[in-house]
Amino acid sequence: MADLIGAELATRTLPLSGFHGGSAAAALSVAAPATRISLRAKPDAVAALSGALGLSLPTKAKTSASSNGRHALWLGPDEWLVIDENEADLIAAVASSNMLHSATDISHRNTAIIVKGRGAAVAINGGCPQDLSLAAFPVGACSRTVLAKAEIVLLRTAEDTFRVECWRSFSPYVSTLLAEAAEDAGN
Amino acid sequence: MLLIYCPYCEEERSELEFRQAGDAHIARPTNMTEMTDEDFEAFFFLRDNVKGLTFERWRHLNGCGRFFNAARDTVSDKFLTTYKAGLPRPDLSTLRPATEATVETYEATESNAK
Amino acid sequence: MSGANRIPGAGRLTPAKTARFFFDGKSYAALEGDTVASALLANGVHLVGRSFKYHRPRGIVSAGAEEPNALIGVERDAARKQPNVRATVQDVFDGMKVISQNRWPSLAFDVGAVNNLLAPFFAAGFYYKTFMWPKQAWKHVYEPQIRAAAGLGVSPTEDDTDHYSSRYAHCDVLVIGAGVAGLSAALAAAKTGARVIICDEQPEVGGALHYDKSVTIDGQDGYSWAQATAANLAKMDNVTVLPRTTAFGYYAQNFVGLNERVTEHLAKPDKKLPRERLWQVRAKRVIIATGAIERHMVFANNDRPGIMLASAARTFLNHFGVAVGKKVGVYTANDSAYEAAFDLKRAGITIAAIVDSREQPGEAVLAEARSLGIEVMVGYGVVDTGGKLRVSSMSVARNGGGSSRKIAIDALLVSAGWTPSVHMFSQSRGKVAYDAETQRFLPGTYAQDCLSIGACNGTNDLQATIEESLAAGELMSNASGYTAPEKLALQGVNAFSWTGGMAGAAEGAGPDTTVKAFIDFQNDVCAKDIRLAVREGMHSIEHIKRFTTNGMATDQGKLSNIHGLAIAAETLGREIPKVGLTTFRAPYTPVTFGTLINHSRGELFDPTRKTPMHALEEAQGAVFEDVGQWKRAWYYPRAGEDMHQAVNRECKTVRDIAGIFDASTLGKIEVVGPDAAQFLNLIYTNSWDTLKPGRCRYGIMLREDGFVYDDGVVGRMAEDRFHVTTTTGGAARVMNHMEDYLQTEFPHLNVWLTSATEQWAVIAVQGPKAREIIEPLVEGIDLSNEAFPHMSVREGKVCGVPTRLFRMSFTGETGFEVNVPADFGPAVWAAISERTEALGGCAYGTEAMHILRAEKGYIIVGQDTDGTVTPDDASLGWAVGKKKTDFVGIRGLRRPDLVADGRKQLVGLLTKDPAVVLEEGAQIVANPNQPLPMTMIGHVTSAYWSENCGRSIALALVAGGKGKIGQTLYVPMPDKTIAVEVSDMVFFDKEGGRING
Repeated sequence: MADLIGAELATRTLPLSGFHGGSAAAALSVAAPATRISLRAKPDAVAALSGALGLSLPTKAKTSASSNGRHALWLGPDEWLVIDENEADLIAAVASSNMLHSATDISHRNTAIIVKGRGAAVAINGGCPQDLSLAAFPVGACSRTVLAKAEIVLLRTAEDTFRVECWRSFSPYVSTLLAEAAEDAGN
Repeated sequence: MLLIYCPYCEEERSELEFRQAGDAHIARPTNMTEMTDEDFEAFFFLRDNVKGLTFERWRHLNGCGRFFNAARDTVSDKFLTTYKAGLPRPDLSTLRPATEATVETYEATESNAK
Repeated sequence: MSGANRIPGAGRLTPAKTARFFFDGKSYAALEGDTVASALLANGVHLVGRSFKYHRPRGIVSAGAEEPNALIGVERDAARKQPNVRATVQDVFDGMKVISQNRWPSLAFDVGAVNNLLAPFFAAGFYYKTFMWPKQAWKHVYEPQIRAAAGLGVSPTEDDTDHYSSRYAHCDVLVIGAGVAGLSAALAAAKTGARVIICDEQPEVGGALHYDKSVTIDGQDGYSWAQATAANLAKMDNVTVLPRTTAFGYYAQNFVGLNERVTEHLAKPDKKLPRERLWQVRAKRVIIATGAIERHMVFANNDRPGIMLASAARTFLNHFGVAVGKKVGVYTANDSAYEAAFDLKRAGITIAAIVDSREQPGEAVLAEARSLGIEVMVGYGVVDTGGKLRVSSMSVARNGGGSSRKIAIDALLVSAGWTPSVHMFSQSRGKVAYDAETQRFLPGTYAQDCLSIGACNGTNDLQATIEESLAAGELMSNASGYTAPEKLALQGVNAFSWTGGMAGAAEGAGPDTTVKAFIDFQNDVCAKDIRLAVREGMHSIEHIKRFTTNGMATDQGKLSNIHGLAIAAETLGREIPKVGLTTFRAPYTPVTFGTLINHSRGELFDPTRKTPMHALEEAQGAVFEDVGQWKRAWYYPRAGEDMHQAVNRECKTVRDIAGIFDASTLGKIEVVGPDAAQFLNLIYTNSWDTLKPGRCRYGIMLREDGFVYDDGVVGRMAEDRFHVTTTTGGAARVMNHMEDYLQTEFPHLNVWLTSATEQWAVIAVQGPKAREIIEPLVEGIDLSNEAFPHMSVREGKVCGVPTRLFRMSFTGETGFEVNVPADFGPAVWAAISERTEALGGCAYGTEAMHILRAEKGYIIVGQDTDGTVTPDDASLGWAVGKKKTDFVGIRGLRRPDLVADGRKQLVGLLTKDPAVVLEEGAQIVANPNQPLPMTMIGHVTSAYWSENCGRSIALALVAGGKGKIGQTLYVPMPDKTIAVEVSDMVFFDKEGGRING
């Protein structure tokens, strides 16, 4: 029976596989797979964890740090969402800090939709009550918030681009709502 | 829809991101097993349901996730202040009364706010 | 020609741009830009509806949102029928179908008009007094009859095919209303750089400039200035100009709801466009520039078609180029109506007379009337009118009585003065103050960061309005830190300053009790009704409003409030401010359900959550059930099987061979940190210190009151890491419950919680052949009973991907739960499914899962418990750590009532007739022959047909149940009484050997 093992390595089935849509004002696409961890730690571990991750963990609300496809988003006073678009082993990275922390793999829990275009903010405001003007939500700003009846995490990666993270089972709802709102953002 | 100032995020956010979580400043006793029935009743079941100033807990559920405390007027539905969990009740004499009939003109509102 | 009453050269519409529409099936011509009201009037149609109660013929009263009478239905197709549209705000589009309302069989001949003859019986409070006896008749006779007769318009019966959108927006300054005041304020605010949103309910900005042609601003015609200003504002990046957009609700902290009508005026709207768009605006400051609404005069038979507000007639003439009559009378208590007469006269219309109830009209307008040769009757009143479906005469008499003179007319313009539109201010919870001199309520005490300007603030003079508005725009921007680069100045000039105005009943409105002098056209409330209400003891304006229905429905007091209040005050012998004002409520004008719901319909009504394996299960023929937001595979019918047969087969197959089940929806929480075990000790009744890494334990969680809150299996992955599972429905609230205790009661513990529900796809493999099924797919884990006993967890690989493999069972069979990162779920499910079927097993759904667990007496929290069940009640006392000194619920469990005898306890029930399956929720009694009402001692919580037991099984909560084992109890049903024997909760494999197979 041993020959069965690994004969066919299980393949990944991505949520929203192949999804793209939106409008000329706000184009929607699904982000590539990434590794993600929910990182929790106390203030005394921030410096060592920053060193281990190769970026400065943000300690101010609504801010993020990015470096070489790796993003650390402030979600709460002891909570960060760390995303690595190069799919590096983030659990191992933070373990090397040797400081007290909690890291839980949520790479498959979340998925992300990229909203890009002059109407990107308007499209997201179709369901998100936050002020997404550049003054209130500049490039690099991030926040856990709501999109109508779903929870999302927003990260502004450029003036006209947002990364919208949500739990995988909410992704059809989030993408459908964003598609409707993106259409309307063009009007 | 209210705006609520989250003391952890340090800004006002839409009520949609928050959940109310009952009365504040009710500490869970450390001697649970030694409590009398009357003490347990007072701790767990009895609440005042005040008309006016109330201290209550909120959670920034779809935000930073933190529980925090708020002083709110149940008549005007206005928040007087919010503060981090674990902090004592704030000195309310330093806070502006939140009744509706406090100003007579808009200009007075402006000068009060500054 | 777009209607015989269109005056060449008048108005702002383009004669070449025509459209045709249908009113009650008859085709009419219109111009682009017409409202239904202006187009009907252009064609000489004044009769547009029947009143609500008396079915009196009614015409167009206004030219705006305050219209009480001209409510119409607009039909695009079978699914798109909008009732109660105000004809005065609905644009005409080519091919539009308009129908009148509240009439049968036709508008001109209406059977319901008999109500008018029966009017003496329909006095105020009629319903309250009449339909009281006999009691039963209310339900079977009165209510159905009243309901059939009541209501305005007809709702569509098909699904709405339009779509609607929603948008949150933020700004520094929101300006409500785009007349002179609103535009000036928006301009001043915009120039500072502040973010500005300005909205107006009309298709075009301008407000009163629509009718007041005498205005020039900075030398430019007022209306043209307004359009140019709006166009300039729209070009600015920091400004959003929203015409056709009504601010309908003003809520806490400057949160204002706007309703933008996007396609309502288009004949063939682009399908991509939403019909309406809801704007939820959060403004740092709000400027209210909502203007004023003209009041009608209250006198006998003042409701005939052709009687309308003077300013409306000016709008129809000066904006739409339509004359509302050929021989027009004017009845006024205010100078403004004179200007309507002047404009009409200059357009060649005959003015029969201006009847002014005042002894001293404004001198300027009086002089102008004389120079135009218009007869003015000073100190006179219109005491009655004539005409059946349109006004044909007015009877005029000197104030104080005497003989009356009948004058032939075909339209009558009325004005009792102007009511500042304080709706938005009042909705913001600001307090209005009464100005006795001008007899009006004005903004008094502000409750929010807003400011009223212009006519709604009682500012009459044009230049004063402009200056007040420019200052307001700047001041409101300052609040956000913006300052004006330069002072703006605008010069406004208009023809006349207006004086006058009255509130309440005019000459000829009583005091007798038969005259119909209407104050609220929409609700058919007359002056006499208010007096009657007062006589019958209603002394509060709130009581008077409800007794008479004055100012209810869509009117919300726009026209009727001040008149009703003045008459009430007079009858009560009190000052108006002492009587008080009723509350202005949102919405200002009706908002469609579609707009309020906007995106939240169909698949966006609520998130539908699907597991990673959903598509595969669908391909395997699964029927799904809703479990909260989740879709879960319920059962997998094969060809020819009904649900019962499929479930029986699935249950049998699991016990005979094996089954595969999607358990992904179970809540999962990763509990990590050096104090993780200590934290779980406090959250669960069980003790976790003794649980070794690699082992699992079933845990019970209580609320502080001692009742079961949730349950689940917890696996210890490492000294400082636990994999906690919760019920599917409990996932979110258990996470919240744990966070609550961690953050606020036990913040000293070094532990963190992360929701991992969706990180893992969970595939349960249960049955005698479960091990054989997964063995070839698993790498790095010894699956033997000795190395991997029941209630263990290991990490390794399955199908080459990482897994957390649990040895556990919710069926009582040998079982595994394969956890893999969610994206791998489908591939691993496919591999395990293939193995399962090759060995004769099958996939099973939630129904079979429920039966299999019930056969073993495993409870489902929320089904077999209801928030009043203790662990002991559920025979789970063993899971409560006896030596523990604290956990959530430890004190609650010791409350006297929770340890008393006779509590409801969970037991098994076996029907005497094994073929009978009980109904869940059915009540249980000890003696079926006792008199009604019977003493109920418990209820059935779970009941199934068990194919494996060959009989029905049930679980029930029964008072003192554990002491009744072996006794016979009864379940009375509507058609029969079912005898049952109380048993223990385990129906299958009582020894429990199979689980360790």
